[in-house]
This record gives sequence, structure tokens and C-alpha cells, in this order.
Amino acid sequence: MVAVLDLDQARAYRAAAAVPDPEIPCVTVADLGILRSVDVVDGMAVAHVTPTYNGCPAVLAIELAVEAALRDAGFDARIERVIAPAWTTDWITDEGREKLRAYGIAPPVKGSGKGSLFAEVEVACPKCGADDTAKVSEFGSTACKAHYRCNVCAEPFDYFKCI
Amino acid sequence: MPAPLFEFLLRLADDHLILGHRLSEWCGHAPMLEEDLAMPNMGLDMIGQARALYAYAAEVEGKGRTEDDLAFLRAEREYRNLLLVERPNGDFAQTMLRQLYFAAFMRPYWEAMQTSSDATLAGIAGKAVKEVTYHIRHAGEWVIRLGDGTEESADRMRAAVEELAPYTGELFETDAITDAMVSAGIAPGPAAMRTAWDSTIAEVFGQALLDQPDIAYPQSGGRKGQHGEGLGHLLADMQFLQRAHPGATW
Repeated sequence: MVAVLDLDQARAYRAAAAVPDPEIPCVTVADLGILRSVDVVDGMAVAHVTPTYNGCPAVLAIELAVEAALRDAGFDARIERVIAPAWTTDWITDEGREKLRAYGIAPPVKGSGKGSLFAEVEVACPKCGADDTAKVSEFGSTACKAHYRCNVCAEPFDYFKCI
Repeated sequence: MPAPLFEFLLRLADDHLILGHRLSEWCGHAPMLEEDLAMPNMGLDMIGQARALYAYAAEVEGKGRTEDDLAFLRAEREYRNLLLVERPNGDFAQTMLRQLYFAAFMRPYWEAMQTSSDATLAGIAGKAVKEVTYHIRHAGEWVIRLGDGTEESADRMRAAVEELAPYTGELFETDAITDAMVSAGIAPGPAAMRTAWDSTIAEVFGQALLDQPDIAYPQSGGRKGQHGEGLGHLLADMQFLQRAHPGATW
């Protein structure tokens, strides 16, 4: 089969992919892996978006922003929310992880769901890179983050929880 | 008998909405800032899970009701939640123990539900199992810290066990609805969670220096709409806006 390059689809994907996350604007919905795909059928762009957490308050804002970006790019647009397979932090791209670190948020450890129930993960300080850090709170400023402190440079920081 | 799938979804949704609401009552009142974030965060997870379940229940019922109608426009006797989840917050020890009891049940339950013959429920379970893993850990760590803490905290933890243990048996009760779900491959049977639950509780209680009491008077009735006094007060608070201003949005 010959692959046909669909210019409309590529353009729609680019428009949707550039939408920043409302809570963590340093990364886009594509960086986070919550934009799963964009299809274009007869001028209608359908973006498949998956929530990070069931109760994430940003879900609606993200969907509206993606829809608006597609309309700005000249498409009729519709959002389809996909919940399976469940989002995992493993879908955050390497570029996304780098952006998070530069922003001061420790990116999630790769390999979700590993380890036993009460296992601790080693989180590197996004500021100085030291591994000697301590968890302050399992639940941070948003559902997807925990709160940590660096024992070397004393920087308090968010850790993007691994799920 | 009501349509089994609808009834089943309501039960599960009600458990999550009511416990999520109880957690939200701590917002602004927690013993420390980190807990002021943690409890509403867990509540948010649970209300998110409830929303997905209510939306699906409304679709299954097919009578034009919405997730909001199911959450805000049913009376106390129509609620199907476990008595455990509606128990008042009490002190911080009680809240953490209640969360541990429930999460220790839901974790293996969601885990098993991931292979449900019902694709929507399998999808909800796939997300929820990750969330409840954090809840069980958070609540478990507190139960250990308080149980093996000061004289005061250990006293309170023991009192919490005394208060809440009689409500745990209801988690595992089976009836025609749960049997129908098992035979259709939609959901695991509650009784099958007993071993996993026992082992989680034993692990935590062992470290927390707590004993599991003999339960002289087990409490149940929530699945039939027979609730304690507290649920009516909770609903009055939670449903106030939609009752006073029907259809209000912002």
C-alpha cells in the first residue's frame, strides 16, 4: 500500500499539538501524551484526548483549548474523550521531560506501575541534579504532582508523579 | 428488581461521590497544609471516578437523566452507598482509617475490573486503579504513623478502629445484583476481595501496632437505601444549590 500524505491531517495535528497545558504551560498537550491523535474527515477535525486523572479539573479547559485551536486553523472541530488505554506518564515525550525539568518540575520516573505498594522512588532535584531529596507531601499543587525538597540545595520542587 | 447494571453502577458511583464529598469537607480544616492539599486531591479523584460512573449509569438507564440528576436529585433512601463511606469524618485518625478500609477494597476490585466484559467499565478501572494506589499508600502511611506514634495518636487510632470496624463487613456482601455482574463477567464479586483486603489491613495494622477487633454487631443496609443519620445532612449540604436553584450552572 502506498502511504498518502494527508496535508489537512498534518496541519490539524500541528495546530492541536501546539496547545499548552493550562496548569503547566511549559509543555504542550502533545508533549504530555494527552493528545492521542487527530483525524480529519470532510473538513471536520476530530481530536482524541485522554485525561491524566479521572478528576483532573483541567480536562475541560484542555478540550476547549484544543477545539479552539482547530477552529482557528480553519477546521470544524470535535473532541472525543478516550479513557482506554489509561494515560500513563510513560507517554510524556523525552522533549516534554526536558521542558518539565527546565521549568523546575522533576519529570516522572519511567516505567509506571513498577515497585511494591510502599516502595519509594528516587527523584532527582530539577535545580541541582542531586539525588538526595525528600518527599514533603504525596499530593502537591495538582493531582498529578507530589511535593519534594532537595536536601543538597534546599530547593522545594514539584515531582510529576509516575502513574 | 431494578436493571442490574444500572443498580450496580449507582452503588459504585454513590460510594465514590459520598466518600469524595466527605474528603472535601476537610478542605480548609486539615491539621496541616500538606493534608489540606492531599484530602481534596483524593476527593477529586473519587468524584472524577463517580462522574464517569454516573455518566455511564445515565446512559445505561436511557431515561434522559444526566450524571448531575443522579448526583443531585435523588433522595437519601435512593442512595446505594456503603455505610462506611458516609460515616462522619470524626478526627483525622478516623478519616485516614476509613480511607484505608475503602481503598484496600477498591484496589484489588479495580484491578480485577480491568478485564471486565464491559469496555467502559474496564476503561474506568484502568484509570482508577492507578489513583487508588496512591490513596491506599497515603492513608496506610498515616495509620502506621498515628498507630505507632504518641500515646494520644495511638489512643485515637484505636478508637477509630473501634468505631469503623463494624462497617467493614458490608464491603464484601453479595446479593442478586453482584451475582448478576459476576456471571456476566462485568465485575468481580465483592467477597473475592476478602483475602487481598485482609492482607493489606494486616500489613498496615502490624506496623501500626493495632489489633483487628472482633465485631459483635456488624452494620449494613446502605445497598438497600437504609442509611445512618449523617447521610441526610451530607446530602442537604451537597444538593443545596440544585435543590434551591434547579438547573443552575456557571
